Amino acid sequence: MDHDRPSPPPLLPEPPIRLDPAARSTRVDLISFAVDSPVPRRGSRADSERLATSQKELSDDDARLVYINDPAKTNERFEFAGNSIRTAKYSILTFLPRNLFEQFHRVAYVYFLVIAILNQLPQLAVFGRGASVLPLAFVLLVTAVKDAYEDWRRHRSDRIENGRVASVLADGGRQFQPMLWKDIRVGEIIKIAANETIPCDMVLLSTSDSTGVAYVQTINLDGESNLKTRYAKQETLSKSVDKEGFAGLIRCERPNRNIYGFHANMEIDGKKVSLGPSNIVLRGCELKNTAWAVGVAVYAGRETKVMLNSSGTPSKRSRLETHMNRETLLLSGLLIALSSVVCVLAGIWLGNHKDELDYSPYFRKRNFSSDDEKYYNYYGIGMQIFFTFLMSVIVFQIMIPISLYISMELVRLGQAYFMIRDASLYDEASNSRFQCRALNINEDLGQIKYVFSDKTGTLTENKMEFQCASIQGVDYSGGKASSPRDWEVCSVVVGNQFWRPKLLVKTDPELVRLLRSGRETREGMRAREFFLALAACNTIVPLTVETPDPKQKLIDYQGESPDEVALVYAAAAYGFVLVERTSGHIVIDVLGERLRFDVLGLHEFDSDRKRMSVIIGCPDKTVKLFVKGADNSMFGVIERSINLDIIHATETHLHAYSSLGLRTLVIGMRELGSAEFIDWQSAYEKASTALMGRGSLLRAVAANVECNLHILGASGIEDKLQRGVPEAIESLRQAGIKVWVLTGDKQETAISIGYSCRLLTSEMTQIVINSHSKDSCRKSLEDAIAMTNKLAAIFPGAQNTITGTGSPRIPLALIIDGTSLVYILETELEEELFKAATACDVVLCCRVAPLQKAGIVALIKNRTDDMTLAIGDGANDVSMIQMADVGVGISGQEGRQAVMASDFAMGQFRFLVPLLLVHGHWNYQRMAYMILYNFYRNAVFVFMLFWYVLYTAFSLTTAITEWSSVLYSVIYTALPTIVVGILDKDLSRKTLLKYPQLYGSGQREERYNLKLFILTMMDTVWQSLAIFFIPFLAYRHSTIDGSSLGDLWTLAVVILVNIHLAMDVLRWNWITHASIWGCIVATAICVIIIDSMPVLAGYWAIYHVMGTGLFWLLLLGITVAGMVPRFAMKAFTEYFFPSDIQIARELEKFGNLDAVAASEIPMSTFSPRHRRFI
Amino acid sequence: MMNNSGASAAGSSSGSGEGSAPRRNFKRPKYSRFTQQELPACKPILTPQWVISVVEIVDRYDSACIPRNMAKDKVAYIQNAAINKTCNRTLKVLKNMDQPIYVYYQLDNFYQNHRRYVKSRNDAQLRSADEASETSGCDPERTTAGGAPIVPCGLIAWSLFNDTYSFKRGNENVMVNKKGISWKSDRDHKFGKDVYPKNFQNGALIGGAKLDPNKSLSEQEDLIVWMRTAALPTFRKLYGKIEVNLKANDTITVTLENNYNTYSFNGKKKLVLSTTSWLGGKNDFLGIAYLTVGGLCFFLATAFTVVYLVKPRKLGDPSYLSWNRSPLGY
Repeated sequence: MDHDRPSPPPLLPEPPIRLDPAARSTRVDLISFAVDSPVPRRGSRADSERLATSQKELSDDDARLVYINDPAKTNERFEFAGNSIRTAKYSILTFLPRNLFEQFHRVAYVYFLVIAILNQLPQLAVFGRGASVLPLAFVLLVTAVKDAYEDWRRHRSDRIENGRVASVLADGGRQFQPMLWKDIRVGEIIKIAANETIPCDMVLLSTSDSTGVAYVQTINLDGESNLKTRYAKQETLSKSVDKEGFAGLIRCERPNRNIYGFHANMEIDGKKVSLGPSNIVLRGCELKNTAWAVGVAVYAGRETKVMLNSSGTPSKRSRLETHMNRETLLLSGLLIALSSVVCVLAGIWLGNHKDELDYSPYFRKRNFSSDDEKYYNYYGIGMQIFFTFLMSVIVFQIMIPISLYISMELVRLGQAYFMIRDASLYDEASNSRFQCRALNINEDLGQIKYVFSDKTGTLTENKMEFQCASIQGVDYSGGKASSPRDWEVCSVVVGNQFWRPKLLVKTDPELVRLLRSGRETREGMRAREFFLALAACNTIVPLTVETPDPKQKLIDYQGESPDEVALVYAAAAYGFVLVERTSGHIVIDVLGERLRFDVLGLHEFDSDRKRMSVIIGCPDKTVKLFVKGADNSMFGVIERSINLDIIHATETHLHAYSSLGLRTLVIGMRELGSAEFIDWQSAYEKASTALMGRGSLLRAVAANVECNLHILGASGIEDKLQRGVPEAIESLRQAGIKVWVLTGDKQETAISIGYSCRLLTSEMTQIVINSHSKDSCRKSLEDAIAMTNKLAAIFPGAQNTITGTGSPRIPLALIIDGTSLVYILETELEEELFKAATACDVVLCCRVAPLQKAGIVALIKNRTDDMTLAIGDGANDVSMIQMADVGVGISGQEGRQAVMASDFAMGQFRFLVPLLLVHGHWNYQRMAYMILYNFYRNAVFVFMLFWYVLYTAFSLTTAITEWSSVLYSVIYTALPTIVVGILDKDLSRKTLLKYPQLYGSGQREERYNLKLFILTMMDTVWQSLAIFFIPFLAYRHSTIDGSSLGDLWTLAVVILVNIHLAMDVLRWNWITHASIWGCIVATAICVIIIDSMPVLAGYWAIYHVMGTGLFWLLLLGITVAGMVPRFAMKAFTEYFFPSDIQIARELEKFGNLDAVAASEIPMSTFSPRHRRFI
Repeated sequence: MMNNSGASAAGSSSGSGEGSAPRRNFKRPKYSRFTQQELPACKPILTPQWVISVVEIVDRYDSACIPRNMAKDKVAYIQNAAINKTCNRTLKVLKNMDQPIYVYYQLDNFYQNHRRYVKSRNDAQLRSADEASETSGCDPERTTAGGAPIVPCGLIAWSLFNDTYSFKRGNENVMVNKKGISWKSDRDHKFGKDVYPKNFQNGALIGGAKLDPNKSLSEQEDLIVWMRTAALPTFRKLYGKIEVNLKANDTITVTLENNYNTYSFNGKKKLVLSTTSWLGGKNDFLGIAYLTVGGLCFFLATAFTVVYLVKPRKLGDPSYLSWNRSPLGY
């Protein structure tokens, strides 16, 4: 969705800390340094001007000019949108043309429209006016009603949204007055109270906080539930808007959809102030923890960032539908062939009879009643042939099933309904149901061959939990003995209230004892500093939450990095409670003693350094540098000359932690001497105010100071596996689905998670590719391919699928990192990677960037026909989700970006198993059958018409009334196929989950392929022959009239196609019964009604024909004769060549599944192989 | 044929006869129709006559009724109004025919289902006198050359069949009842009682029969029958009913007016006398079809059983699952 977002460094465990440089400079301004050191208070004007010029100057042409508090002047030219929003697509006036226009995007509808228009030409009028337009009109109407209903709902929500109230500084007035959201204009000043939703994108002017901080929750925007800090500018803070008024000019960029970027400057009191993304609050966010905030509207209504981002759901086309289009083309060919046959034969017939036709009573070419035309409705043989061709296209038009498209939509809607309502896809933890965001790829879920999974948040919960620490080379990974009593340590007394962290972390009693007692010992000091670092070296904001008990409050830590949150909670559990954070200082309750630390500087995390650091002024007037970061980056800056044994011990512990699947961080510190501090500070000042290359300058400053650190220790954070992940992966593997894990984590962590979720097993041979140049990549890949070939040569019987049961082959795992992928993706090495990767059973990519994830999906998607599914939860998975055939979003911790980009969204990874194996299987089976059946159903009717045309001198008469022929596919036979498409189940959920291998039927396209299509068409021809020729021969040389025979054929074909469907229905319930038999009855009623109209030629025919015994005997005969080949074939193959599904069905019915399963355990421990299917 | 035979009176008479010596015969079983197996019953005897009791006489007369001298130009013959077209045919009755015997004419190669033909009618006009001028769809027989609407308009009515038949058995006239040959529904609702033919067959080309302008359309049963257009290019239309039984070896003399022009398109004309059964006229197809399909089903069932006996399969045996079979088969 949002491609513009600067890709966050994917290199976990240290997520990015987004702090705007401008904002930070403001914060640095506010630092009141306890030590009386020469901190120059920089003039904010000069600073701002410099910053402003450092940005790309906005030319007035590109910018939108907002005169603060003067909406009329701002929008002089009426070019800015008002704040009323409109998600609805149509109005009453535009509905008809627009909706029709959209519907006719479907080629099939254009085809039917052309046919209906052709039919209006007098020479070609096959059907009456009404009858010819009816089916198309019906289909359009159903879709239009559906669209209208959806739009009505959007209208309603728009009305609610537009009718909300905000308090706005009345024009020219001095007072805030309530105003409807839709009336807010750009340039107006708006006041937002706590917990209110922000009505439009506005630049903050002032807030209740003296430093201008406002906290917003952006859950509606990106789903991230943590609080984000936004700042009002120093220059505007002091102004009391409602008393003295406000004037100024904001020059900002044109509306765009980048929710993480904003680029503007503000002229106020003659000063030019630059504005960045941290100065703007966006529509849809909620103000939290801030009593009020005042801002000026800069983008309103549809120009707000949230509206610009709310693009529609992605539109994909399912594999089955693509194949269906191939067969539709075949059917068009058949249609043209039939029409050609008819017109050629008609030409021959006209040629043979050309002498007779002038006076022949049934043709009467010559016209006598009018003098100006010699012939009546005859334009020569050539034209007659041409017209016959067009007329046959009209008559045989339903060869292309018009109702199929609408049926498919309805069926998918029904399937989606059952997926959404499925209790086993409901996630209790997040109270989220399954979401079907794309409604047209349900059946693709039954054909997946590759699953690309993110790790963090997808396989794991992304709820970080502090597990163990190594301090001074001592491993404290106990924590088992912790009892609730120990938690008392972490409550903080504030006045007469107890503040307690919201989450409790188990503690190691030994470590607690050490911290409590050991103020004097060296170990104790180090341990204290370790936890002080955890509590201080972060960007976490503590919030207090009321509890029912007035004496108690909870401290809720909010931060953008779950790792940091976990560390702060851990520190709190050990008695280092972060109580307060303001712009310049933090308050930490150290074992009951409240201490105030000044934050002098903060070097944020970046992916080059892979560490962050903070410089703290302690109450004892020392200045300390705390650094935390990834181990490989930290060991480079740690002073190795001392404490070498501690470093070694820590390294050992780190290795142990990461083999347990823990995310590790190393913490180091250094005390800064005053000279060093002053050096640093001036460098830091200089760097943060630099015009050019500020980022690299700041990095250099950081790198300069982050050196010669003492190691404090290391922490291990557990990223807990989600429930059921190993079982889910095993099921998917058995189902013949390859699971690839793409993660930003480092290799060791990725591998250990791989083991814990049973993706990797100990008997696997791992091929690891970690290269730093193209040549070494090439070499590694060649080695890998050679290795797979060697293994394949040793065990020639084994295929390179992961599903080789009992195959003696050693399974292979390919582990590749992002650096190597840089040299491989989008180069000629891709092909080699593809070969190597597909030969391996498991592929694990670590340290990959978001775009690389998409690249890997594309690697498979572009080279094979296999269906791919990508599953992920974070913004970094968006590109991969959009690239894959099916994108699944996990609505989890990391926000809703992935969900917004996905086709399906759910709460847990393990739901993938019921989603694919059960719903995917069902959807595929149903949809595949439905498409084939619809083709059959319409073709059998067309063939029946065709045989009759052969006996009407090729003049395209239909014995069936025109009303019956147009109602046939929309009324007579439409409902049962939809009902079956929604409700039929070939196998129960239990069986499908028990035998994941049954999923293979969809992967091998067993239920819909060219062979089946051709078989079905052969059956169709036979059935149409039975329908046509049995009555034809029985009524040969009789007095039968066209209408009676037509009624017989109508009923016969409807009964036959419904019996055909009934024969294939696998699970009968009352709805199925009602729809199938009801449809036959409805047809009979329709035929009776049509035949009760005296103005139609067929008046009363059905009553006459139903009164004869022959009629009933013929219906029976047609049904039996038509069904015999199919029935025999079905019985024969089901009994003697049963498919897996058939056997499983028998098992369900006769066998006791449990006994069977017991005997099968040895087979399913490693994924069995299945038949190769071509 | 079926005969209902009730139990005879014999039982009751014997019952009363033994009243004189009841004691001696106390072991005599008590009479009931049930114990004596004398319940009334139907005794069907399956004779071919019962199953297919339809007798049919078909006589093709279109070429036979052309005088030899005109045989080369049949069209000229039929179009020449001056020639008397009466023709005599002799039919032999082969089997007893019980009344009613239906008289049909059969036309071959006449496409009453041709698109140009079936559409050329206006049902509204036929129903009500108010709509006499409603002739849409009736081309090319819509109006007279002067523009007056034709009632009934359209090609179908225009081409109304106009051969007539009269029958004699020996010297005795056999009456043909032409009442009630059309559908009652058509007479009552489709062809108006107040609609009278107008301007009919006044054009340059006469298509067929003329209609009595004084009879309403609902009484013109030949027209009503004709306008129920046939489904197939070979069709029969009911001409009338003979309401006497014909005996085997009777000779019927048919005097017919051979007026209708089928010569211009090589159509055949046949006269058909036929009885009917509950299955309609004579047609062996259905029996053959049922036997064939039945036989096919029997054959399939047998084949299936044989294969099943030779190579049975246990239902629901998981070892048949594809992934449980070894790659080399079993």
